[in-house]
Amino acid sequence: MRTAVVVFPGTNCEQDVAYALTSLGGDVELVWHRETDLSDFDGVVLPGGFAHGDYLRTGAIARFSPVMAEVERIAAQGLPVLGICNGFQVLCEAGLLPGALIANRDLAFICRFVDLEVVDNESILTRSAEVGQRIRIPLNSYEGNWVDPRSTGRIVLRYIDDPNGSQQEAAAVANHSGNVVGVMPHPERGVDEVLGSGDGQVLLEGFLHSLVPA
Amino acid sequence: MTTDTQPLFRRLGMTDEEHESVIGLLGRDPLPAELAMYSVMWSEHCSYKSSRAHLRRFPIEAPWVVVGPGENAGVVDLGDGWLAALRIESHNHPSFVEPYQGAATGVGGILRDVFTMGARPIALWDQIRFGPLDDPRNRYLFNGVVSGIAGYGNAVGVPTVGGEIEFDPCYSGNPLVNVMCLGILRREQLVLGTAGPPGTVAVLLGRATGRDGIGGASVLASASFDDESQEKRPSVQVGDPFEEKKLIEACLELYQRGLVAGVQDLGAAGLSCATSEPAGRAGVGLEVDLDAVHVRETGMTAPELLMSESQERMMAFVPPELVDEVLAIATKWEIDSAVVGTVRAGGTLTVRHQGEIVAEVPAASLADDAPIYDRPMRRPDWLDGLWATPARALDGDGADILLRLLDDPALGSTAWVHEQYDHMLFLNTVVGPGSDGALIRVRGTDKGLAVSTDGNARLCQLDPREGSARLVYEAALDVAVTGARPLAVVDNLNFGNPEKPEVMWQFKESVEGISEACEALGIPVVGGNVSFYNETGGIDIHPTPVVGLLGLADPMPGIPPRLSRAEEGMEIWEIGPQATGNLSGSAAQRVIADELMGRPTPPDPDAAKRVIALAAELAHQVPVLHDISDGGLAVAVAEVCIASQIGAMLTEFDNGRLFSEDPHRLIAVLEADAVELPEDFSRKVGTMGGDTFVLGPSDRVDVHELTDVFDGAIPRRMAG
Repeated sequence: MRTAVVVFPGTNCEQDVAYALTSLGGDVELVWHRETDLSDFDGVVLPGGFAHGDYLRTGAIARFSPVMAEVERIAAQGLPVLGICNGFQVLCEAGLLPGALIANRDLAFICRFVDLEVVDNESILTRSAEVGQRIRIPLNSYEGNWVDPRSTGRIVLRYIDDPNGSQQEAAAVANHSGNVVGVMPHPERGVDEVLGSGDGQVLLEGFLHSLVPA
Repeated sequence: MTTDTQPLFRRLGMTDEEHESVIGLLGRDPLPAELAMYSVMWSEHCSYKSSRAHLRRFPIEAPWVVVGPGENAGVVDLGDGWLAALRIESHNHPSFVEPYQGAATGVGGILRDVFTMGARPIALWDQIRFGPLDDPRNRYLFNGVVSGIAGYGNAVGVPTVGGEIEFDPCYSGNPLVNVMCLGILRREQLVLGTAGPPGTVAVLLGRATGRDGIGGASVLASASFDDESQEKRPSVQVGDPFEEKKLIEACLELYQRGLVAGVQDLGAAGLSCATSEPAGRAGVGLEVDLDAVHVRETGMTAPELLMSESQERMMAFVPPELVDEVLAIATKWEIDSAVVGTVRAGGTLTVRHQGEIVAEVPAASLADDAPIYDRPMRRPDWLDGLWATPARALDGDGADILLRLLDDPALGSTAWVHEQYDHMLFLNTVVGPGSDGALIRVRGTDKGLAVSTDGNARLCQLDPREGSARLVYEAALDVAVTGARPLAVVDNLNFGNPEKPEVMWQFKESVEGISEACEALGIPVVGGNVSFYNETGGIDIHPTPVVGLLGLADPMPGIPPRLSRAEEGMEIWEIGPQATGNLSGSAAQRVIADELMGRPTPPDPDAAKRVIALAAELAHQVPVLHDISDGGLAVAVAEVCIASQIGAMLTEFDNGRLFSEDPHRLIAVLEADAVELPEDFSRKVGTMGGDTFVLGPSDRVDVHELTDVFDGAIPRRMAG
């Protein structure tokens, strides 16, 4: 069961995601954004960072990167696709998740731990957690304010004290079938207690469990 | 201001004497492009011509030094094949003219200095100083600088894990923006800024060259400010963190594959520096073809191409048979590249443009033959007057004084700043912003790198030598509380106009103080930066040396001490010499009395060494260790109360002892009898517990109130 971690020019969380998934037993490979064949992989993560410099609009250029056709195929096959932070923004731009991410309510970058609540555990990110479970992991974004005018998104994690103005306090959103999830805070930054929290483990374990054929 | 009717050399910031020495060196009048190169390379910023004679005083040797001062960054040995690269730089003048881009390009520049050495940059620190925030101009500068650091640092993908923030009227006309970067590398990846043997090919990597930043080093950074400084805005460079991120990854791949003989970044003085310095270091010549340089503007002249400080550029020196491979890696990472020159025997730097030779000079002369000034020095007359009047005693309730101190933006929470910075990327930040020193783990080892940066202009104004020495001791104590022993120092010496004898005296005294403290601790200075001409309208800033100290914790404590680990019933101990109650230069003197006078307590090298060694040992045993510095014992305990959300009761009730900043002291919070502390060097001063901080029989404050005041110190002012 192998996971592709996609690296766009400007991505910067790829090593952290690879480290976190590997430390939980995952088999991970970094994949450059020009790759056009992901048939060897059973799931994909779009990590955080500033893909293509976030120029024009976050994720707006990344959605046209060659690798995205394969990401769309994997999503359509029902295999797990996880976008973290900038990866969430790319998934929205690509139309794989509803809504869009705009600038935070206070127009400031926010890097700190935030408290989340699991509101739906039928997704590749939350399946190993209990509904109502509290999770504390770091947020690190400027455009973390999720808006969904048609209200078609399934919210799987919400902020206890919403720092960025997201609609329905959404911190993580899934597609209808739950195999594509975007999460704005960083689960991979919450896998070592010595760094402040190990709460991200249950989320990434959910992703890794999803790689196993049902 | 100079005007266009003056000769070219003067418009480029050169003196008549410097112009004469160029003529003497070449045996003829210099061509315009040659004059451009000498003007930037011999500028104060690049040549250290006023400071070089004094900088020789620094101790620079230790068995663990791999690369000392003079290269792009200092490099020290961490053991087991690991090296650390460290560098500090100032971007004061550009940040005043254009705060966002000035600060942003400061970050970009310091990163290039570190990855030029073959290291991956893993952490940044920023030391920023402004005038008081009640002035809207200062709020604009503060906000712009913080946004610039965040905008560049976050996007380039290197965490900003700490720094310093200070406010003082002396910075109103001249903010200080210093930035420090730490990188790590395996020993075999070390790369130096050398051009290699004849035949080596110079490949220019990264962003296309434009007209931005022309003369930044000579025109902006090497002169004082006046009313026309805003006209210098075109001399400020514009940064692109996305280009830098790609450049970092491309360069690190070049090093990993062993494809380069040497590398030099393009910062101040641009191509002039990136051609002459590596050639000079290697003792070779270089032929450069300016027509090959990839540009983003048309019609650039040779002097413009040679002086441009366009950002995100790197010069790689590549063995000829490996050039194709280097160009392919550049293409893979989607950065531009161009073959612009070839190394030649001899020592001549020959520059061609549009078929003509526009410069033909001894390469080494640009870097090595810059003038060295022995500028006159004089101890300021006013110093004895200040020393003669001791700091006044503090009247009133300790709790009231404490609240006023915590409401000061230099003492209150830095969250408004550091939450705008990604300080967690790479998953190595074990102890981050808001602590004495940061602790960065080196994954795959038991090692932790501890770093602290310290400046204190008020102490240094009152006593530049002893004040500067105290910075080194304080930084060493800051890293010791994370379990580290001090390893090496870099310094950023921010001073006024060196043409004033009093400023030169302050500078010399400061260098002496840093040197003495480093010698006492047995640690070398591995690099530094000098920023002169920090004056506006004839008023110099207070002398502001900033010390960055790297320590190594090996092994790192399993759970390092944190301010948030205090619990009900734990004892509070003060460790180190007894405070004398001297308030000279203290935060309390500034905030409560609005004065600066008296003579601060000088450091005691023996006490410093003892407290540093003890702290490094205790860091493995006790839950809270905290340096006593700005605001004294009372503020140190209050910070523990706020971080742990628990009260405290002090048995110490004298305001002098509560707020004095006498050196070499820290607090430890621990379970009773958990650790044996030396009786002659420590004393119990209180107990943690309850929900109020008790400073005296009827002198107390609620922890919630402390927290609100502390958290609001900066946001409350920036909201206005």
